[in-house]
Amino acid sequence: MIGDGSLERFKREGRIVVVGASLAGLRAAEALRDKGFAGSLTVIGDEPHEPYDRPPLSKQVLLGKAVADRTALPRLRSVDATWRLGVAAAGLDMAGRRVRLADGDEVPYDRLLIATGVRARPWPREAEAELDGVFVLRTRNDGAALARRLAAGPKRVLVIGAGFTGSEIASACRERGLAVTVAERGSAPLVGALGGVVGAVSAEMQREHGVDLRTGVMVTALEGDASGRVRAAHLSDGSTVETDLVIISLGATRNTEWLAGSGLGAGPRGIACDAGCRAFDVRGIVTDDIYAAGDVARCPHPLFGYQFLSLEHWGNAVTQARIAAHNMLSESIDRIPHMEVPAFWSSQFGVNIKSVGVPSLGTEILIAQGSLKDHRFVGVYGYQGRVIGAVAFDQARWLPFYQELIETTAPFPPPFPTVDRHSDGARPLDADFPDPSIPTHGPTVTLSGYSPADRRMTFTPAH
Amino acid sequence: MTQSALHQILDYANRPNPYPIYEELRKTPVFHEDDGPYVISTYYEIRSLLHDPRISSDARNLTSTTGGGPAEPPQEESALPPGFLKLDPPEHDRLRRMTNRPFGPPHSPHRVDGMREELHDIVSGLIDGIGDTGRIDLVEQFSYPFPVTVICRLLGVPREDEARFHTWADTLAASLDPDPDADPAGRGKEAHDARMELGMYLAGLIEERRKNPGEDMLSQLATAKGGDGPMSTMELLSTAALLLIAGHETTVNLITNGMLTLLRRPDVLQRLREDPKLAVPLVEELLRFEPPVQLLPQRTTLADIEVRGVTIPKGASLWLVLASGNRDPQRFENPDRFDPDRRDIQHLGLGSGIHSCFGAPLARLEAQTALSELARRMENPRLLEDPPPYRQNAVLRGPRHLPIACDGIRP
Amino acid sequence: MERTDHVVRIAVDLNRCQGYAQCAFLAPEIFVMHGEEALLYNPDADEAQRDKLAQAAAACPVQAILVDAVGAGAEAVSGDR
Repeated sequence: MIGDGSLERFKREGRIVVVGASLAGLRAAEALRDKGFAGSLTVIGDEPHEPYDRPPLSKQVLLGKAVADRTALPRLRSVDATWRLGVAAAGLDMAGRRVRLADGDEVPYDRLLIATGVRARPWPREAEAELDGVFVLRTRNDGAALARRLAAGPKRVLVIGAGFTGSEIASACRERGLAVTVAERGSAPLVGALGGVVGAVSAEMQREHGVDLRTGVMVTALEGDASGRVRAAHLSDGSTVETDLVIISLGATRNTEWLAGSGLGAGPRGIACDAGCRAFDVRGIVTDDIYAAGDVARCPHPLFGYQFLSLEHWGNAVTQARIAAHNMLSESIDRIPHMEVPAFWSSQFGVNIKSVGVPSLGTEILIAQGSLKDHRFVGVYGYQGRVIGAVAFDQARWLPFYQELIETTAPFPPPFPTVDRHSDGARPLDADFPDPSIPTHGPTVTLSGYSPADRRMTFTPAH
Repeated sequence: MTQSALHQILDYANRPNPYPIYEELRKTPVFHEDDGPYVISTYYEIRSLLHDPRISSDARNLTSTTGGGPAEPPQEESALPPGFLKLDPPEHDRLRRMTNRPFGPPHSPHRVDGMREELHDIVSGLIDGIGDTGRIDLVEQFSYPFPVTVICRLLGVPREDEARFHTWADTLAASLDPDPDADPAGRGKEAHDARMELGMYLAGLIEERRKNPGEDMLSQLATAKGGDGPMSTMELLSTAALLLIAGHETTVNLITNGMLTLLRRPDVLQRLREDPKLAVPLVEELLRFEPPVQLLPQRTTLADIEVRGVTIPKGASLWLVLASGNRDPQRFENPDRFDPDRRDIQHLGLGSGIHSCFGAPLARLEAQTALSELARRMENPRLLEDPPPYRQNAVLRGPRHLPIACDGIRP
Repeated sequence: MERTDHVVRIAVDLNRCQGYAQCAFLAPEIFVMHGEEALLYNPDADEAQRDKLAQAAAACPVQAILVDAVGAGAEAVSGDR
């Protein structure tokens, strides 16, 4: 539609529908208005709440320092949207360009942004999941209910799964003086995201703070009492944990069921998109009117061999929302790709954990600064001789440097000395991931440019 | 860029306005000549290097024989161990953490916030004390005494000793900034004596606080429990000296530069008078526009590193010209315009990375309080000399005197 | 709607945050350091704290603090039409 005025007309009087009223949905709506979209904007959300921020739910809220129903996101500008909250999207008619809602209503669109995110994976045995005292933590309502239970002083909390959320929950419980058992199938907490070397530090932190950490075990059954309240959990090692509050922290499931049969390339792993957030249909052909952003999107990333990465990261939601909004309102030549280096944070047991890149692609780790035993360090991850990720425990200010190494595919191990190098950092260690993903071979891509404002990709053909 | 341009930074004649020199310097983002330092003057490069673990703040890593060459700024000689400003992690982190314990969060989150009223009272007292409004030296009568008093209160120097403390601080500050007309030997002896007296005084005070600890920082530092334990007396003396020198000179310059900038921009001064809250963004812009620390001259490389295509060898001396990065047009729109409404303001005025200014929140509150109160209470203030006479120091740059007049002082 | 006009919504981009703690010094009622580097904040401050919040946001060296630019009431959302 280049030059025929249709884009201008669309910006003036078109219809954009955003499905998903969380971080990505809100930021996209704001960006659309910021970029001059004057047409009609509808935001659909299955929860009855206006967009709220999730990270506080597993931290401040569980500590009783903030209230779950008061975590609404700040508004960066007015969006002048029609909000359809408390009603989920139930279907998509790609040919007719309509979103069908659970209440039977249909909302027509010219362009659609899907930001339906993920939901907590429930306990697989339904009857046990129904027991009173069994929780997941994803939504504001989950947070409110869990905070109430914690405040009531349970005798022992059992957290199933020691990823970031599970570990944060355990940390909050200990800070509230509650007895906590953590059951993790892997060899250590955080092992899937950060590997065994760093996982061992995390295990040490948990135990030092009084968590009863059980690794290498699975919870085989939850047991209720006569009144339907959970009273115990049975573990695969034959042991039993008496507990009156169980928190299932087994990761997330993508909210794509409503797209089944629509013809969009959506499935349990998310919605496949191009680097500009345009969704693919099931035939592998990119659509031009449907975009995806946030946790539900899977985008190829130039720095990581164009693998389709789906990132459940706050920053990723914000960036993709901005990129999708920009591209929805641009001629093809003006579209921008998503090439921000992934980054996330967690805080637990008083330690600030931050990461850049994709540590889980790494096979080796070098403790470049600080030391594991002090729980203050920077670990650099290497894959096939290049730096691919980094993690910092209470050493956040150094991370921009390592991000630059990732962006420029700097060699691993880094061949230079640094301040604060200890014996830990003499040589790289096996990063010890349980199931390393192997990226495909391909050309090397680096990000270059004088300033972040004019960042560009530089291709180096494969050997 | 010619070599003379580097000397121009240090040339006293350019003290009132070094910015055209920086502009010239930015044409060569990594400037190096002969055996001088590598001078970095552009925003993104400075910021990267401030977060680069291959850069050391510990002079023991400097192998370049001439160091900063003729341009080396004055250093205080001292028998004390280096303060954390001149150390790398883990020593830096440990000392900074210990010093922070009684100063800021997580252990003392209300220390600085709790000083708001006291800061206001000190400022009010100093403004009340201005006599003849026909000729005021803002430096002597206000900018100088204010932060010394604040540091005394922070450390817990008894009120009756504050006057002595001021005298030592004045003498030490003068030694950092030699007056070319003064007798150097005499100055040196005075400074030496002041340092000795101050050291003995503080040592005595520390001894006394160990026995009878109070809520002040010195007491808390001397008796701290927790992972890192209490500081040794030597570490304490060194830290107290660092807080005094680093926290004082910089604040004096921030406030004086601020008033000078406002007097040159009566429209902004008027807005501040009408809306004291403007002081908040205004001080950030001031930290960008006229940063009290113009450059960081004591970093060195632990490895050969490449910056903008130039290889800086291991052990080289680096100068990071913060004040130039703050005026880099690649980073800031209209960088030479003082604009308190500027929204995009990630300045380098307080550094960045692990060595970023320790006293930053206090300096911010001091400058906000001082400038908004001066604006509110002085009737029709005006500069008597523009530019005012500057200090020698090119690093801690600021006016030695700021002669101003006003029609009266409002209550 | 459930919101009133005398609250200010806050979020911190903790990817940007490097733990300089300026906010926790200047507005300790809203921002709290949890350990040396991790930041916890109250996402919903009182209007009475707006001045201190502005100080904290302005002082953030990485400009990570996001504060309502629109009054909570002005951008209230409606449920079903």
